[in-house]
Amino acid sequence: MSTIDGTTAGPSSGTGPRGVPNLKGRSRPAERVIVAGLIASAGLSVVITIAILVALVEPVIEFFRQVSVSEFFATEGRFAVIPLVTGTLTVTLIALLVAVPIGLGAAMYLSEYASKRTRKVLKPTVELLAGIPSVVYGFFALFFVTPRLLQDLLNMQVNFTNLLSAGLILGVMIIPTIASLAEDALTAVPQALRQGSYAMGANRMQTTLRVVLPAAISGVAAAIVLGMSRAIGETMIVALAAGAQKNMTLDIREGAQTMTGFIAQTAGGENPVGSVEYNMLFAVGLLLFVITLVINLISITLVRRYRQEY
Amino acid sequence: MSTAATAAAQTVRLTAGRSRERNVGSLVFLGLLWFSLFFGVMVLVVLIIDTMLKGSVRFDSDLLFSYESSLNPESTGFRAGILGSLWLMVTTAVMAVPLGIAAAVYLEEFSNSRRWYNRIIEVNLQNLAAVPSIVYGLLAVAVMALFGFQQKNIVLGGAIALALLILPVVIITSREALRAVPREIRDGSLALGATQWQTTWRQTLPSAIPGIATGTILGLSRAIGEAAPLLLLGLGAVRFDPEGVLSRVTALPIQIYRLSTQSQVAFQEAASAGIIVLLVMILLLNGVAIFIRNKFQRSW
Repeated sequence: MSTIDGTTAGPSSGTGPRGVPNLKGRSRPAERVIVAGLIASAGLSVVITIAILVALVEPVIEFFRQVSVSEFFATEGRFAVIPLVTGTLTVTLIALLVAVPIGLGAAMYLSEYASKRTRKVLKPTVELLAGIPSVVYGFFALFFVTPRLLQDLLNMQVNFTNLLSAGLILGVMIIPTIASLAEDALTAVPQALRQGSYAMGANRMQTTLRVVLPAAISGVAAAIVLGMSRAIGETMIVALAAGAQKNMTLDIREGAQTMTGFIAQTAGGENPVGSVEYNMLFAVGLLLFVITLVINLISITLVRRYRQEY
Repeated sequence: MSTAATAAAQTVRLTAGRSRERNVGSLVFLGLLWFSLFFGVMVLVVLIIDTMLKGSVRFDSDLLFSYESSLNPESTGFRAGILGSLWLMVTTAVMAVPLGIAAAVYLEEFSNSRRWYNRIIEVNLQNLAAVPSIVYGLLAVAVMALFGFQQKNIVLGGAIALALLILPVVIITSREALRAVPREIRDGSLALGATQWQTTWRQTLPSAIPGIATGTILGLSRAIGEAAPLLLLGLGAVRFDPEGVLSRVTALPIQIYRLSTQSQVAFQEAASAGIIVLLVMILLLNGVAIFIRNKFQRSW
């Protein structure tokens, strides 16, 4: 392993000229190979993104040869996508109405009120929710939230599958995403701002709401946007609880299929490769990918901004 | 009072006067914060109790050791799904973990973060972590078609989808673990004449292993509960044990989903019991992760 070439570092034996040992690294070709392998693994993530686009675009081009663009972006008909988009937006909105106040509340408590030790204990309890598989949430929405909570307890006239229960449970699912990112943003606010606020006589609630929250607003917005992206892309909850019928409605008591629900249902059916239905799957998938991509990039930009400020 | 107040003012955690904290508005606000903190736990408790009550009639040996049966809803079981999920998990780990760690090592130890291509990788990774799981299913379908597989609902297909899904998670958590290793360890190794790769392989990576293992296991526990991408690959009913990576397979979440869409109550009871099995598997994985973290992780 150690090839002595006369200039290696070590105790001088007196034969060579005393002086500075040659510190130039030996050339190790094997290491170049290893580093190239590492670069390739890191580059794979870019390859995956391009592959997603290629995999989606090819069937989509095929799809638009068979179906016109206006038929796709229509409110009615076999290939209409707008009812799926409204379904997705409705459940996402309900989910945000649940998750934003609760997620931010948990974040504010953990960042502004809890001591270091209580935070260590309490933070995992919020994150527990993230560990539950979405199919379990879907089952819970379908067989508990709709019949027990909405129909029996609140006496609401809701269908067996409805947008409300899917949205509520979707909201529960994205609480940890919003809470943990928002907490990071709140914690990043410099202590001096809080001290200034206390010095002016504000109490803790006023400091939290009027000083810390506005100062962290871009990070908090990033958290909400990322939660929204999670809600739009979630499949199993809406596939089970939101219904399997296209339904152009804003009535949350009715069921309506979402984009992801449509993909799941069509993929489960017996559509031969290359058929119009099969290709439509990819068209909806591409639309979903583009929507979440834009939202994610907004979120990443927002996070960058608050990191730069402090 | 005044001396106490000045002393308190000097501490970092400023305690604003107690009386100010006790007006009605502040107390209501604090109550709301407590509510939001424990809301999740409440939902979780209701979910688990409700599922256990529904599934309790099916806590029998058929649940674990029988295959799926549409004729006898009372004795339908999850044998194929449990074994399938285990096969999928191991194959996923074999694919995603080495790749993920290699990418993390490059990004943390070798790359120059100011280069444009490294920044692209960076932003791209953050984005991939938030791509909907069902899109990875579409990608896996395309990959399987590319390699010319006739059947997509095999262990390999499912594992490709899940590996793509958890790769960003593995990379991100491994990077955090590598970042937590102090600079001095690397400097010491480099000062002794080790090359950068020797430093990484013999010093940095071994020190980061507990963190990497914890993150990887948490990623796998996400993969085991995932159903959407597998649904796209056409995983369905299977009545035999998987025998290899090319064997047809089903997964526990897929079985739960299929049972949930049936109208008979007996199937719903089976689904509830299956959910408990799935939650126990996830709990065990998380337990292992926590054990590794507490046992091996060093604080520098």
